[in-house]
Amino acid sequence: MARVLVGVKRVIDYAVKVRVKPDKTGVVTEGVKHSMNPFDEIAVEEAVRLKEKKVASEIIAVSCGPPQAQEVIRTALAMGVDKGIHVEVTGPEYETLQPVHVSKILAKIAQEENADIVIVGKQAIDDDCNQTAQMTAAVLNWPQATFASKIEKGDKEITVTREVDGGLETIKCKLPAVISADLRLNEPRYATLPNIMKAKKKPIKKVTPKDLGVDTTPRIQIVSVEDPPTRQAGVILPDVDTLIGKLKEGGHI
Amino acid sequence: MADILDSVSSVNLGEIHQTLYQCIYKRRPFQPRLTPTSPWNFPHPIVAHAVEGPEAVKRGLPAPGDHTSHLPKVSPPQQGTSRSARANQGSDPLIKDPLPCLRPSLRILNTLVNFLNCGEGKSINPFSQDRYPHVKRGDYTSLDADHLNFFRGLLGEGRVLTKPEDCEAYNVDWIKNVRGYSRCVLKPKTTEEVSGILAFCNERRIAVCPQGGNTGLVGGSVPVFDEVVLSTALMNEIISTNDTSGVLVCQAGCILESLDSHLANHGLMMPLDLGAKGSCHIGGNVSTNAGGLRLLRYGNLQGSVLGLEAVKANGEILDCLSTLKKDNTGYHLKHLFIGSEGTLGIVTKVAIQCPPKPKAVNLAFLGERKYIILTFTSNCVDSFETVLKIVRKAKRELSEILSSCEMMDELTMDVVVSHLKLKSPLPQHPFYMIIETHGSNENHDEEKMNTFLQNIMDEKLVLNGTATSEVSKMKNIWDIRERITEALDRDGYVFKYDISLPIQNFYSLVPAMQERLGTSAKRICGYGHLGDGNLHLNIIVGEFTQDILNKIEPFVYQFTSQLKGSISAEHGIGFRKPKYMHYSKSETSIRLMKELKVLMDPRGILNPYKVLPENK
Ligand SMILES: Cc1cc2nc3c(=O)[nH]c(=O)nc-3n(C[C@H](O)[C@H](O)[C@H](O)COP(=O)(O)OP(=O)(O)OC[C@H]3O[C@@H](n4cnc5c(N)ncnc54)[C@H](O)[C@@H]3O)c2cc1C
Repeated sequence: MARVLVGVKRVIDYAVKVRVKPDKTGVVTEGVKHSMNPFDEIAVEEAVRLKEKKVASEIIAVSCGPPQAQEVIRTALAMGVDKGIHVEVTGPEYETLQPVHVSKILAKIAQEENADIVIVGKQAIDDDCNQTAQMTAAVLNWPQATFASKIEKGDKEITVTREVDGGLETIKCKLPAVISADLRLNEPRYATLPNIMKAKKKPIKKVTPKDLGVDTTPRIQIVSVEDPPTRQAGVILPDVDTLIGKLKEGGHI
Repeated sequence: MADILDSVSSVNLGEIHQTLYQCIYKRRPFQPRLTPTSPWNFPHPIVAHAVEGPEAVKRGLPAPGDHTSHLPKVSPPQQGTSRSARANQGSDPLIKDPLPCLRPSLRILNTLVNFLNCGEGKSINPFSQDRYPHVKRGDYTSLDADHLNFFRGLLGEGRVLTKPEDCEAYNVDWIKNVRGYSRCVLKPKTTEEVSGILAFCNERRIAVCPQGGNTGLVGGSVPVFDEVVLSTALMNEIISTNDTSGVLVCQAGCILESLDSHLANHGLMMPLDLGAKGSCHIGGNVSTNAGGLRLLRYGNLQGSVLGLEAVKANGEILDCLSTLKKDNTGYHLKHLFIGSEGTLGIVTKVAIQCPPKPKAVNLAFLGERKYIILTFTSNCVDSFETVLKIVRKAKRELSEILSSCEMMDELTMDVVVSHLKLKSPLPQHPFYMIIETHGSNENHDEEKMNTFLQNIMDEKLVLNGTATSEVSKMKNIWDIRERITEALDRDGYVFKYDISLPIQNFYSLVPAMQERLGTSAKRICGYGHLGDGNLHLNIIVGEFTQDILNKIEPFVYQFTSQLKGSISAEHGIGFRKPKYMHYSKSETSIRLMKELKVLMDPRGILNPYKVLPENK
C-alpha cells in the first residue's frame, strides 16, 4: 500500500473580498478569514478516498506558512488525513516564498517519509502559480501527472486521466509519482463531527525549512500589487434588434 | 438555452435571434443552463465565462444597466459558482475562452435570459381579480391622462412607468401567487416627492400600493387591481453611519444586503438577515417587521428601529427619525409603521441600531435522530423530543454567543438538492439543524461550540453533523437554508404558511397536514426559525385548485389557533390572510386596528384590500 503526501496551503477564503494594501505591497491578510486552498481540498479528498479503497496506507498533510497554517492541517486531519507536518515560515520570508522553495520542502519531506505518491492542488487561488507539482516532480526526478480528473491505481503504476485543451488524456506512470488535482477530480466532503473531534488528537509535527536543509532566500521582489480595473457599466437595450445591432457595431459578429 | 450557447461557439447568432424572439413573444418557457449544475462541474467552458464577470453580478447585486435589476433577486443562482469562478481565474488550461470577442455579448445575453427566466417553467398566472372573485374593486378613481401628466411633471418622464411590459414585474409577487394589472409605477427619489404623490392621490381618491423589493410572501406588495405602484427602488441613499453608537440612517429603498456591505466597512452589521437580502428593501423589512435568521440573537425590528420618517396618506410628512436609544416622550408613533404593511403610511427613512460585526463566527450543521411522527389528532406530544433537547442545550451552553437556531426537514432538503443542485453536507436524515454562534473571540467561541457538540454527541442526540468556521463552507451551508423559498417556487404552486407555535408543538402541523391531504399534495414540508418557534409550512401542488385550498384553509389556521399559535409569525397578513386574522387576534384588537386605519388614512387609499378584514 502506498504512503501519500498531500500539500495544503492556507489562502484567503474564496468567499472573502480580497483587498489590496494601500501601499500596494500585497493584499490585506490581517483579520481576514482564511481556509484551505480549494484545489488542495480536492487533493486531500482524493488521498482519503485512496485510503478508503485500501490503496493508501497512511496520509500525511504538509503546510508551509505561519502558525495559523496549522488550522488547514487540522481541517485535513478532520477529513481523514493521519498526521500533519507544519513547516513554519513567517513574516517577510513567507511573503516571498515561492513554488521553487515549497517544492524543495515537499520533495525533502516526501523522501524522509518514504512517500509513494505526492498529491497537491493544481494551483493555489491566491498566487495562481500552477508550478508546485511540476517542480516537486523535477526535484525528486519522479514522473508527474498534472491536472488529474481521475486516478486509478494499478499494480506498480497509476493511470491518470488529465484534462487538457482538446479533451481528456489518459496516461500511465510508474510510482513514486507526483499528481496535481484538477477541479473535477472529486467533490470534497464536509468533515463529520466525530472526525473533527478525533482530529484534535492527531499529531502535527513542526519543522523549519532550515531543519530540512532548504534555502528560502527570495528569488523575486514584489514591485507592486494592484486591483484589477473596474468594469465599464452596462446598458439596457430595448429589444433584440438593438442587441444584434450593437453586437455588429462592436465588431463582435 | 444550452443549445443557444452551444451555437454561440459556432457563431450562429441568427439562431439566437430567432430563439430569443420565440421566447419573448411566444412566452415559451425554457430552461437556460447558464449556471453550472454544480460548482464543480462546468457544463461547457464558454458557459463558465458567461456567468463569470463583474463582482456585482456574482454577488447578486444588480449591475448597472442590468435588465433584471428591478426584478426580485434572491440569493443569485450564480453564487454557487463563486468557488469555481475564483478557483478558475488565471491560468486554468481547461476553462479557455474559445471566443473572447463574444464575451461581452454573452453577458448581455445572460441578462436577457435571466429576465426571461423570471417566469421559467410556469404558465402566466391569472389575475387576482379572477382567482379571488369575491374581492371587489373599491370605489377608487381610475387613472386618466391628466393624472399621468401630473406624475410626469412631478417625477419626470423616466420615473413614471406606464407600458404594460414595464409594469408587469411590479404587478406579480415573488412567489407568483397574486397578480394585479396596474398601468402606473412611480419611482420617487425623495420624501417630498412621495408626499406630493400621496397628497395628489388622496385628494382624487386614487389607490396606491407601496412596494419595496417585492419579495413579500403574503401578496401585500403588488396591486390587486389597478392601484398605482409606488416603488422605493430609487430611494436608496445612505444618510449617516455612526461608528460609536452604531446607528445607521438611510432611505427606505436601500437594499438590505447593500446596507450590510456598507456597514462592514464600519465594523457593524444589519440586525436582521434573511434569504431575500439581495432584493428586499429596509423599508419593506420595517413595514413587514421582518424577522429572519438571527432574530433569536438580535431581536426584532420593533426593538432595533430607533426612529423613522413616514408620509401619511394625505401627504403629510411625519418626522419620528430619532436616533436616540431612549426616548419616552409620549406615544411611540414609529410602531404604527413597523409591521403595518403599507396600510398606515409610507416609510421613507429609517434610523436603525446596528450591532458590531462579529469577529468570530462558527456554524454547526446537524443531522437529527429519527423521530416518530405522531399527529395532533392522536393527542400525543412526544415526536420532536430530540430536536427540542438540542435547542434547550444550545440555548444554555452557547447562551450569549448563540446567533441562530434553524431547522429543516428531509423533504425540504430534498427540494433544495433536486431543484438547485446544491450539495447537502450530510447524507439523508429526517431533520437537519443549523446552529450558529457570533462572538468576539475565536478561541472562546470555538471552545464553547466544541463542548456543546461533544455533549450532544455523547448523549447521542445527533446522528451526524459537521462544524466549520470557514467563510465559504458556512456560506454554502447557509445557501441551502436561504434558498429554500426559491427551490420551493420551482417545485410547483406553493401554499405558504408562516406560523408561530409553542415550541413543544413546533412541528406538529406538518404531519397533521400530511395526514389530511395525503396524495393530493405533491410535497408537504416544514422548516423555519426553530429558536423562535416559527415554522414555515409549505404545501406544493401541481396546479392551484379551489378544492385543495378549501382542504387547507381554514383548517391550518384552526389548528394553529387551537394550539395558541399565531397565523402570521413574520411574513404579515398582506392580501392572503385578512379574513383569518380573527384566529390570532381578538375582536377588540381588530376593531381598534380598523379605527387606527380610519384615523391615519380616512379615504382608504393606502394598500387597500390588505391586512384588515372587510367589514361584514
Ligand atoms: C427568499 C425569501 C426569504 C424570506 N425570508 C424571510 C425571513 O426569514 N423572515 C421574514 O420576516 N421574512 C422573510 N421573507 C419575506 C419578507 O417579508 C420580505 O422578504 C421582506 O421583509 C420584504 O421586503 P421588500 O422590500 O421586498 O417588501 P415588499 O415585498 O415590496 O413589500 C412588503 C410589504 O410592505 C409594504 N411596503 C414596502 N415598502 C414600504 C414602505 N417603504 N413603506 C410602507 N410600506 C411598504 C408593501 O406594500 C407590502 O405590503 C422572505 C422572502 C423571500 C422571498
